[in-house]
Amino acid sequence: MSRASGRATGASPWEDALRRLRRNRLAMLGLGILLGFVVAAALAPWITSYAYDKTNLPYGARPPTRAHLFGTDELGRDLLTRILYGARISFAVGILATTVSLTIGVTYGAIAGFRGGRVDHAMMRVVDILYGLPFMFFVILLMVFFGRNILNLFIALGAVQWLTMARIVRGQVLSLRTREFVLAAHAIGAPPGRVLVRHLLPNAVGPIVVYATLTVPAIMLEEAFLSFLGLGVQPPMASWGSLAAEGAAAMEAYPWLIVFPGAALTLTLLSLNFLGDGLRDACDPQLSGRH
Amino acid sequence: MVGYVARRVAGFLPVLFVIISLSFFIMRLAPGGPFDLDRALPDQVRANLEARYRLNEPLGAQYLRYVADVLRGDLGPSFRYPDRTVNELLGLGFPVSLLLGACAMIVALCLGGAAGLLAGAHRNAPLDYVAMSFALFGVSVPNFVLGPMLMLLFALALGWLPVAGWGTWRHLILPAFTLGTFYAAYVARLTRAGMLEVIGQDFIRTARAKGLHESAVVLRHALPSAILPVVSYLGPASAAVLTGSVVVETVFSIPGVGRYFVASALNRDYTMVLGTVIAYSALLLVFNLLVDLLYAFLDPRVHVQ
Repeated sequence: MSRASGRATGASPWEDALRRLRRNRLAMLGLGILLGFVVAAALAPWITSYAYDKTNLPYGARPPTRAHLFGTDELGRDLLTRILYGARISFAVGILATTVSLTIGVTYGAIAGFRGGRVDHAMMRVVDILYGLPFMFFVILLMVFFGRNILNLFIALGAVQWLTMARIVRGQVLSLRTREFVLAAHAIGAPPGRVLVRHLLPNAVGPIVVYATLTVPAIMLEEAFLSFLGLGVQPPMASWGSLAAEGAAAMEAYPWLIVFPGAALTLTLLSLNFLGDGLRDACDPQLSGRH
Repeated sequence: MVGYVARRVAGFLPVLFVIISLSFFIMRLAPGGPFDLDRALPDQVRANLEARYRLNEPLGAQYLRYVADVLRGDLGPSFRYPDRTVNELLGLGFPVSLLLGACAMIVALCLGGAAGLLAGAHRNAPLDYVAMSFALFGVSVPNFVLGPMLMLLFALALGWLPVAGWGTWRHLILPAFTLGTFYAAYVARLTRAGMLEVIGQDFIRTARAKGLHESAVVLRHALPSAILPVVSYLGPASAAVLTGSVVVETVFSIPGVGRYFVASALNRDYTMVLGTVIAYSALLLVFNLLVDLLYAFLDPRVHVQ
């Protein structure tokens, strides 16, 4: 992004998009909230004086007080501290798994679109079939049978979430590959791989960035879903999903245990969706306000 | 048309075969087995059990036997509930899950469709903003947060609806809304986008020009085209609803298939897990075919052949 805007003077498409994004108040609000969460998660040890895994049974399940702003859980651990440390896991899984899905989706879609014809048809048929399958059931199987650790978690989630990315990239590449500048690149003898990487993909960056932004909340939701089922992050570590699971189990007696993690998760997903929608509108003005 | 359906149905077989093989080998190549209990069994008991369920045969032979059984419609005995077959257990749980999923989809389509239609027809009016804010909220709140919240409010605080369980239509309301809200929000966004796409087109202007009432323009002329994106979303949505039912059935203690899926997997109840995956996949394949036929029916530009 910086390279494109650094080279151009005046209003490059990127600068245009950035300006539109900056004018979008909801997107900026979302960005602000997200940055707030990221900073708070990063500075967690300095924000709270409690350890996320230190239990204190006599002080279990107390409602919010001045010492424990969000109360304590049933084992007496400070809930604010657990939410802050949980944010690290949730964000890390969201970003890493998005990277995995990005890599698979872009590679797959680019190859399908670039080769075209029968290869494209076969590859997209596979995507169509996978789309209709209860994919999360396979993720559940993978998590159950191959160990519930974070590494497996983000590989499994990333491996599930690449289908739409592949479709988007394939569509972009397919429509770009007959354009003059691509023909020119072929004509001067650039090898296919170089045409794809240097000429086609950079022109598809906009939709890729937009969709990747929208993939992060989807994956965070799935991580939370798995952790809720006890298949994600394992205790004493916590992610927002596992905190919500603990809270849901105890909510009749201690409602704050579900309210705070649930609110943190919802607020973050809402912010990511604001930002993703804003980015899409900014990159594609014709679509503005359509979705 | 008949030929198209026949070819699609024939295409189900290889897909199901891949699904069965994938799940079978994921489970069997992983360490652990159904009889690795906390307290180790005597060797002889264990050997007898494994012989009874034919777990002592080579993996390849077990696989071939399983596939042959499935082709005959027999999903085998459950490892965890020794007196029950998987067919029986699915027969009990599947109708429950299906009813819940269908209600959630109805909530999603009615609520989401109406909200999207109103928002699209009143673009940038306050109604539009309100509907779209709810939609954005709806795609951001996870169902395992929404479910306990609704339960806290409508069952525990207000006492209007039962907290959890299964039996009457009143038990269905909270789970159906919990499961359907995300998709209602997504459907609302799709419908609104579809409406905006369609509403500027010539045939809508023609409909208005000949003096039709605005509601007739929207409902009779714009709607069938505007909901096409919603129709193509139905396939992925139904897959996601089935996945979500795992959580919602757990939260509301509903005796469906989803609630037991994770437990079956953790208990290494191989046949039960495979049976559930096969049943769900088959259901989704059939449903996707119906969706494609519906799409061709609604969009005159698409022909099935």
